Amino acid sequence: MAVVRLRGPLKQLAGGAEHALEGTTVNDVLAALETANPAMKGWVLDERGVLRRHINVFVNGEPAAQDTALEADDRVDVLPALSGGR
Amino acid sequence: MTELLVGTKKGLFALAGEPGEPFEITDRAFPGEPVEYALHDPRTQRLLVSVTSPFYGPKLWYAGDGWEQAEGLELPAAGEAALERIWVIALGEAEGVVYAGGDPGCLFESRDGGATFKLNRGLHEHPSRAHWAPGAGGLCLHSIVTWPGDPDRLAVAVSAGGIWLTDDGGASWHAGNEGITPRYIPEDMPPDQIALCVHSLERASRRPERMFMQFHGGVYRSDDAGASWTSIAGGLPSDFGFPLALDPADPDSAYVIPLSADVDRVTPEGRVRVFETRDGGASWTPRGDGLPAEQAYLTILRQAFAATGEGDALELYFGATSGGLYGSADAGATWYEVATNLPPVLSVTAVSAP
Repeated sequence: MAVVRLRGPLKQLAGGAEHALEGTTVNDVLAALETANPAMKGWVLDERGVLRRHINVFVNGEPAAQDTALEADDRVDVLPALSGGR
Repeated sequence: MTELLVGTKKGLFALAGEPGEPFEITDRAFPGEPVEYALHDPRTQRLLVSVTSPFYGPKLWYAGDGWEQAEGLELPAAGEAALERIWVIALGEAEGVVYAGGDPGCLFESRDGGATFKLNRGLHEHPSRAHWAPGAGGLCLHSIVTWPGDPDRLAVAVSAGGIWLTDDGGASWHAGNEGITPRYIPEDMPPDQIALCVHSLERASRRPERMFMQFHGGVYRSDDAGASWTSIAGGLPSDFGFPLALDPADPDSAYVIPLSADVDRVTPEGRVRVFETRDGGASWTPRGDGLPAEQAYLTILRQAFAATGEGDALELYFGATSGGLYGSADAGATWYEVATNLPPVLSVTAVSAP
């Protein structure tokens, strides 16, 4: 299982910073995170299931996209992007 | 005592004070977040707040004992668009009804005081939507105007999608755009394809078939419930601007804050003046006593002008993107600085408290 790491309000909404989730892509684990934590609905993925514009995802420290493949024990960091600050 | 809710680019500010005197900041919430609009619902005592997180998207929060996130403010999952912003919140005529208007040109309705919302499908799926076009602020539904005593009648305005009217509680909608002359498109463009950029819409509560509109280049009045419009911009230094306020006691009254032009969105001639009509727009009187009179280039956004009270005791308040907040306790005759050095002001609502 991949481990998704959260910060800030996402950590509060999900009730913790680290979450072990099943999935073969980044999208899989983000969707699983939302399903397990309904309060997160709409926060990382919009209502269409699209990653929000100013949220960045990294897999093992490398920039990733929703369709990035995951392997067991991968680490997925979900972080607010610099581009969203204003 | 009057209470103001000021939405800013960096959070919500609550201010309180006696009309005519500087106000104190009594609370701040959502620090660092753009607060588009905040409204107090006297029926439920709830505070309703629209916040657009640049990271996490638009949310509507309501406060009772603590902050709760409202549910249902989303577009269909299979659609092309996601909800971008919630521009305005309005109280309905029926018990518990709250409306929210957003980008892209969408209307939501709550029947439980703002805890859960549903998208108005009639407007969202209207065939004319293909011709709507976003302005600089996006495709925003910014004005939601109820009809006093009749929950089935509603008018909404979209920038740029024109004015839409319903007489059946939102099941069906028809356009109310006759007489509006946009200068930003060729004059021979088919009327049904014109994206009309309405900036603000208000209804005279004691003569509800009368409405006033600030347009993207134009100020108009309707005396037939929004079916048709007559220009009333003569006498103003500019017909461009965003907000509009009315005196509930006087259906012939309206206040606008002209800006120089769409290409120069600041107060004309470097001085700040509110313009008042008491004859339905036949004439306008500048009201600037106490406002910055020179070297003042302010921008006042569409939601940043509020009124409370009525008649001679009408209070008016507006905020600027430069962080100043101005008020009048005598229906615009004189003005004073309510607060200074706020973040850029996005919205102002006011409530007179006993």
